[in-house]
Amino acid sequence: MSDYETVIGLEVHVELATKTKIFCGCSTAFGGEPNTHTCPVCTGMPGSLPVLNRQVLEYACAVGLATNCDITRYCKFDRKNYFYPDNPQNYQISQLYLPICRNGHVDIETESGVKKAVRIHEIHMEEDAGKLIHDDWLDASLVDYNRSGVPLIEIVSEPDMRSAEEVIAYLEKLRMTISYLGASDCKLQEGSMRADVNLSVRKVGETEFGTRTEMKNLNSFKAIARAIAGETERQIDLLEAGQPVIQETRRWDDDKECSYAMRSKEDAQDYRYFPDPDLVPISITDEFLDEIRAREPEFREAKIARYKEEFGLPDKDILLITENKHLADVFEETVSEGAPAKKVSNWLMVETMRLLKENDLDPEDIRFSPKNLAALINLTEKKTVNSTVAKEIFEEMFKSDCDPVKYVEDHGLAMQNDEGALRETIQKVIDENPQSVADYRAGKEKAIGFLVGQTMKAMQGKCDPGSVNKILKELL
Amino acid sequence: MNNIISDETIEYVGILAKLELSEEEKEAAKSDMGRMLDYIDMLGELDTEGVEPMSHAFPVQNVFREDVVTGTDIRDRILANAPEEKDGMFVVPKTFD
Amino acid sequence: MSKITEMDALTLGQAIKSKEVTVKEATEEYLKSIKDKDEKYNCYVTVDEEGAMKAASEVQSKIDSGELSGPLAGVPVAIKDNMCTEGLLTTCSSRILYNYVPTFESTAVTNLRNAGAVILGKTNMDEFAMGSTTETSYFGPTRNPANPEHVPGGSSGGSAAAVAAGECAYALGSDTGGSIRQPASYCGVVGIKPTYGTVSRYGLIAYGSSLDQIGPLTKNVSDAAAVLTAIAGHDHRDSTSVDRESQDYTKALVKDVKDIKIGIPRDYFGEGLDPEVAAAVKKSADVLKAAGATVEEFDLSLVNYAIPAYYTIAAAEASSNLERFDGIKYGYRTEDYNGLHNMYKKSRSEGFGAEVKRRIMLGSFVLSSGYYDAYYLKALKVKALIKKAFDDAFAKYDIILGPVAPTTAPKLGESLSDPIKMYLGDIYTISVNLAGLPGISVPCGTDSAGLPIGVQLLADCFNEDKLFRTAYTYESEK
Ligand SMILES: [Mg+2]
Ligand SMILES: [Zn+2]
Repeated sequence: MSDYETVIGLEVHVELATKTKIFCGCSTAFGGEPNTHTCPVCTGMPGSLPVLNRQVLEYACAVGLATNCDITRYCKFDRKNYFYPDNPQNYQISQLYLPICRNGHVDIETESGVKKAVRIHEIHMEEDAGKLIHDDWLDASLVDYNRSGVPLIEIVSEPDMRSAEEVIAYLEKLRMTISYLGASDCKLQEGSMRADVNLSVRKVGETEFGTRTEMKNLNSFKAIARAIAGETERQIDLLEAGQPVIQETRRWDDDKECSYAMRSKEDAQDYRYFPDPDLVPISITDEFLDEIRAREPEFREAKIARYKEEFGLPDKDILLITENKHLADVFEETVSEGAPAKKVSNWLMVETMRLLKENDLDPEDIRFSPKNLAALINLTEKKTVNSTVAKEIFEEMFKSDCDPVKYVEDHGLAMQNDEGALRETIQKVIDENPQSVADYRAGKEKAIGFLVGQTMKAMQGKCDPGSVNKILKELL
Repeated sequence: MNNIISDETIEYVGILAKLELSEEEKEAAKSDMGRMLDYIDMLGELDTEGVEPMSHAFPVQNVFREDVVTGTDIRDRILANAPEEKDGMFVVPKTFD
Repeated sequence: MSKITEMDALTLGQAIKSKEVTVKEATEEYLKSIKDKDEKYNCYVTVDEEGAMKAASEVQSKIDSGELSGPLAGVPVAIKDNMCTEGLLTTCSSRILYNYVPTFESTAVTNLRNAGAVILGKTNMDEFAMGSTTETSYFGPTRNPANPEHVPGGSSGGSAAAVAAGECAYALGSDTGGSIRQPASYCGVVGIKPTYGTVSRYGLIAYGSSLDQIGPLTKNVSDAAAVLTAIAGHDHRDSTSVDRESQDYTKALVKDVKDIKIGIPRDYFGEGLDPEVAAAVKKSADVLKAAGATVEEFDLSLVNYAIPAYYTIAAAEASSNLERFDGIKYGYRTEDYNGLHNMYKKSRSEGFGAEVKRRIMLGSFVLSSGYYDAYYLKALKVKALIKKAFDDAFAKYDIILGPVAPTTAPKLGESLSDPIKMYLGDIYTISVNLAGLPGISVPCGTDSAGLPIGVQLLADCFNEDKLFRTAYTYESEK
């Protein structure tokens, strides 16, 4: 086994985060009733014509620039002709001859520390297909064109990867880059990022590539890793048995952990690409690219380095916050509102993460404003509220982005910072609980906890437990 | 005829074009296509070295629409044309993805 | 006052405007004319009596209220059946669309409706506009009103014949390789194919997308200018629509060709051209010369290469454009089938006619693996050369004058047997589509059998005004 090497190239389809489809004004929103987001264009009605969504071009160029590609200054769309019911025109509008981006690369670093560049052969724009649903009652399939015409970019790598680990590092890198650009949310499980794996094996030291297969239907990093292992083994077994590997498309079944060929004699695999005469060429100017470059965000690596330098945060915090650009934005804006970085990081890492998870939300769904989070942190810093009250306020902020200062006022939650009144109350607690006082004086340190609790209760929580502790010890 | 179209070619083009021809139609198609290709081969007489292929006679470029939702739900009207429909979807013979 | 169905569109529009005729009367007259004649000529696939009468009363009230005041308000029109009409059957004269009712309307038709047009129905055509005789229609051939034993030409044969027979005041057709100009010539009416990109293709069921263009078929040149003015204009739904300022082509209806230089390609008068056609066309050049135009002969190169280039490009585009007809979303689906691919094959084989299948097969072949460069790409390069030849010609001449077709209308059943011979009939019209140019066919006489002959005038892209001025001058002076 070990004298073989696996050679992997990826075709990654990414659904772009546009509001409308690539060639019509239908919504790309998920979850509509079947065929309710359709029109004559995306259902292939005769006489309808496509018109390109400008945002698709901008996102495609942004991804191309971020992955070090050359942008094709004169590019066109081509038709890829094949009959399939999820494809209403029976051709997919895609790009073959003049794709929008070429000759890029991304730098990856694997878990085990391998650093390398993975080259990108090309990126092209194309339309997604509809969905087929099996109907047992009719023993037929049903077609829903809501996804038909949703914009995709297809990122085609060179066969530069040699392990599942490298593949995952590459996909992670693409996911980070593209989601930082806001061009897609890149969710493998939800299908907004899909990877087809082209894989071949060869003896270590050989320079020629072996015959490759293409594997589809990989919807998690785990499935990808298993599919790579499975296909590598299958191909090596074939070669060891003196049998050829056949160039074909295979479908990975992650439950059975095996792949099978998707062949049909009706499938000629001859797509008869030609320039789509319904669309006109795109000519890209320097100004257009300059505008896109000007909007390019600070990417994750740069952020990580800067956060270390500027905020001195622990690595764990930095990695978590920069995992998602929106989260990092919230962090930075909150800090710029005057809140201490580590405090902000704590709120994001603990309470925010907890509430997102409990509510099954993504960082993009965060509704509280950085200004209000900074105000809340300020309240805790000034000890206007204690941490229990702060958490209660935060839960409300998470829901409704309420103003914490106003919330404290409205609910009378401010701490009593009048030390005279606090001393009076503590004295009362001491007087009313002689047993606990005796216990404490007899050396039972824990008894003070009860007295603190009683004081907090009498003060309705509006005091700082630290101060209570301090005064108690003084009075005892 | 210089272009002799084989049975295999007609069969293959039938798969590409999703057309099923009767034996008689196949013979006619072979001869028609062969003659048309002979005729088209005449283009070979022209030197097109360095000539840019011309898709559109008039060079219109960069036509875009803005990313604004304009579609409304017209499902029922679209489906009214479908040969077979169920639950708001088009019915097709069993198809594996 | 002359009979309503004998008036040209602008005269009828004027009579409606001055209240001599009501829209209802005009519509009823035409519906009656269709009832009387269409059994014989078969110009229409669908007559929309109810829709037309409803539109008539709506248009009348808009005219009365002053909301509609254009020259075509209230004038009844026929639409070629490859233009989508919302809620009205649109078949492309094909079995595969025998029951298709579009949910939207083509922009050209919408523009006409906005100008107050009353749509009488949809006209017969060669199936999917593939043909030159209107004999490939699933709904039977249309006959030439000049002589019902003869074809009306095609593919817009229904539209041309309907205008000639007085079954509509004017009609819309589409022209991919001569499909407006040739039937206009055969039927003795005026037909113009505008510059590619002038009239939106949105809603036009595509044959060869890079060649297709909608245009009017009318009783005279003035009507053609008025109709083109109504239907032309930039459309954001058609990416290939050219964004230019709207024009009033009727302003070009001026009798003056003194500054016009006309070139007559010698290559258009060679072998295969009927002498009677040649004589009539030459005579029209003399008329223009007498009116003050400069006329000379010249050599337009590459004429013989236009047909093979055209059939390669048109068939390739058609093979892809017609893939959407698969029996799933609309139209014909075969009764019995076994699985998906069998359903596709049977539906398409039963739904398409022989000529359509012939072109789909050819188109699929020239695009298939290994042949793309040799055929399709080569044809696109030849197209560039042809365009260049016209550019050179228009550097010298304002107008190119020649025949529309080599002969007058053939008898029914005489053309279909030999496809290459049929395609050769398009020799004078096809290069115009390849080069995107505007071309107009104007009646210039009849042959000894009484069949109409047309003269074709061509201009450089977007020079429709020169075309109308020359055609109008000829029409007035002949
Ligand atoms: Mg693709
Ligand atoms: Zn749509």
